[in-house]
Amino acid sequence: MAESAGRWRDLDKLLLRPGNIVSPNFEPGPELRDDLQTYARVLVVGAGGLGCELLKDLALSGFRNIDVIDMDRIEVTNLNRQFLFRLQDVGKPKAEVAAMRVMERVSGVNIVPHFCRIEDKELDFYSDFTIIALGLDSIEARSYINAVACSFLEYDSDDNPLEESIKPMVDGGTEGFKGHARVILPGKTPCFECTIWLFPPQVKFPLCTLAETPRTAAHCIEYAHLIKWDEVHSGKSFDADDPEHMQWVFSEAVKRAELFGIPGVTYSLTQGVVKNIIPAIASTNAIISAACALEALKIMTGCSKTLSNYLTYNGLEGLHTKVTEFVREKDCLVCGPGVLLELDTSVTLQKFIELIGEHPKLLLSKPSITYRGKTLYMQAPPVLEEMTRSNLILPLYDLMDKVSKDVIHVNGMTSKNDAKQSCLLKLRIVFKGIDGMTDMDMASGA
Amino acid sequence: MIKLFKVKEKQREIAENANGRAPVKKQSAGELRLHKDISELNLPKSTTIAFPNGKDDLMNFEVTIRPDEGYYQGGMFVFTFSVSPIYPHEAPKVKCKTKVYHPNIDLEGNVCLNILREDWKPVLNINTIVYGLHHLFTEPNHEDPLNHEAATVLRENPKQFESNVRRAMTGGYVNQTYFTRCIC
Repeated sequence: MAESAGRWRDLDKLLLRPGNIVSPNFEPGPELRDDLQTYARVLVVGAGGLGCELLKDLALSGFRNIDVIDMDRIEVTNLNRQFLFRLQDVGKPKAEVAAMRVMERVSGVNIVPHFCRIEDKELDFYSDFTIIALGLDSIEARSYINAVACSFLEYDSDDNPLEESIKPMVDGGTEGFKGHARVILPGKTPCFECTIWLFPPQVKFPLCTLAETPRTAAHCIEYAHLIKWDEVHSGKSFDADDPEHMQWVFSEAVKRAELFGIPGVTYSLTQGVVKNIIPAIASTNAIISAACALEALKIMTGCSKTLSNYLTYNGLEGLHTKVTEFVREKDCLVCGPGVLLELDTSVTLQKFIELIGEHPKLLLSKPSITYRGKTLYMQAPPVLEEMTRSNLILPLYDLMDKVSKDVIHVNGMTSKNDAKQSCLLKLRIVFKGIDGMTDMDMASGA
Repeated sequence: MIKLFKVKEKQREIAENANGRAPVKKQSAGELRLHKDISELNLPKSTTIAFPNGKDDLMNFEVTIRPDEGYYQGGMFVFTFSVSPIYPHEAPKVKCKTKVYHPNIDLEGNVCLNILREDWKPVLNINTIVYGLHHLFTEPNHEDPLNHEAATVLRENPKQFESNVRRAMTGGYVNQTYFTRCIC
């Protein structure tokens, strides 16, 4: 099918003409659209309510190389808003069907689906993308992708982020009539972890209320889910995605509600309470996704300044929307620069502990040390100290799998203004003289 | 940004051959915070901690409490802790592995402790929880019952409660329920 001459007319209006509120590196011209279509690679995380919208929006905005990852299969209840899916698709992987449907409708776009968990992919998989768009519904998953994206971030010796190491993210989220869209440029704008306190704590009912004095339908459901299930199914764990399990919890909740004369237990409420589901609204998803796709286009092409950096939308009573500029957490363990240390490959863990105790920027005593999930040394409790003590005589370089530079985390006591306080720090370790590079080359992430 | 990626595309091979990134394992922010909590633990002397999966899995561990006073003196109670990657945004999941006759712990090991659920705050830590659990043994509380029967006995007949606890801890039946011995 030949591409009609006017197909990109609207996009070209953004990409061909200079402007005043564009990004400093914006270079308008016909080449920009070609580059967008050739070099930009987007990963869409999640192919649910937001993901479907994002895929459609990105494809129609000129992005051609898109991947989508989602571990879920299509359910009947998705069909009211996840508009890429049809009744006959129920049971099929969301990522695969979504990719196929958008490719059928938008010529020239190539979408590669990944039907798996985000944790199943290697870091290399994520490093291939120029931008990551998040359409997720959980804090865990966002936190994970954020940590992955931030792991590519490198700083120079003056603690400035290296432009080419920044993996931009746009994150969308909706709950009923409310939503947010945010731009995360690790090293420049706050990362997900810098502002994790924005999330309200989850509502959890006291177990004894559930067991003794239920007052609401939700109490009855949680009783069946958290207490009765274990009592009856010894050892078998509850699976929220198994309809039989859900049905069992529902019927037990109904019995419980009858016993206490509480109205309102329904199957869909049971699903809602157990899986923490808030009814999703198609229009909210569409609005939030549109904002995210537009930001992705702006980040990639520079055709306009980006949203700075957190948009909230509320359509509950009329319409309210606002953009707030959140600030970075200076010492963020995930996106912050940490303290740069250059070491010889011969430095043992013991020697390293002495070094960070004397280092003027650290003055860290009694440190415990971890490297990528490996516990290198623990001061306490005694059982862990004993298990890790043998590492003290080993070279840190060996303990860090002979990687020439990487991040490790230490926690211990530091004395600031004569007051001792406990702290948790990120250190960027660079080993001197590896691969014939000069120290400075490596420190600046050549 | 795009220009950057055109350049990057060309550099990729070079970069890949140079010092390879170690993609071993991602450490979550929750793990880091937990690591700090663990290294700063200041446990009551009646308490011990164990890591059944070894030193590289701190997210799952067991705490053993041996109350040194009260109804449960002489008993030994094991709690399993399972910590989420978004800790401390979410409280650890704590269960009692030892079957215990206790008003605030049911026979499945569910524990009614406010800071484990409705009153959890990210400023709390593992130490706080351990002290909270310890407190449950020194001050069992009939007002927040999970084991309704035990709570009733504690409220109405503390002497009977005391002898029920003894019988359960030495191994035996209390009403229709069998408890295995947990006196050390």
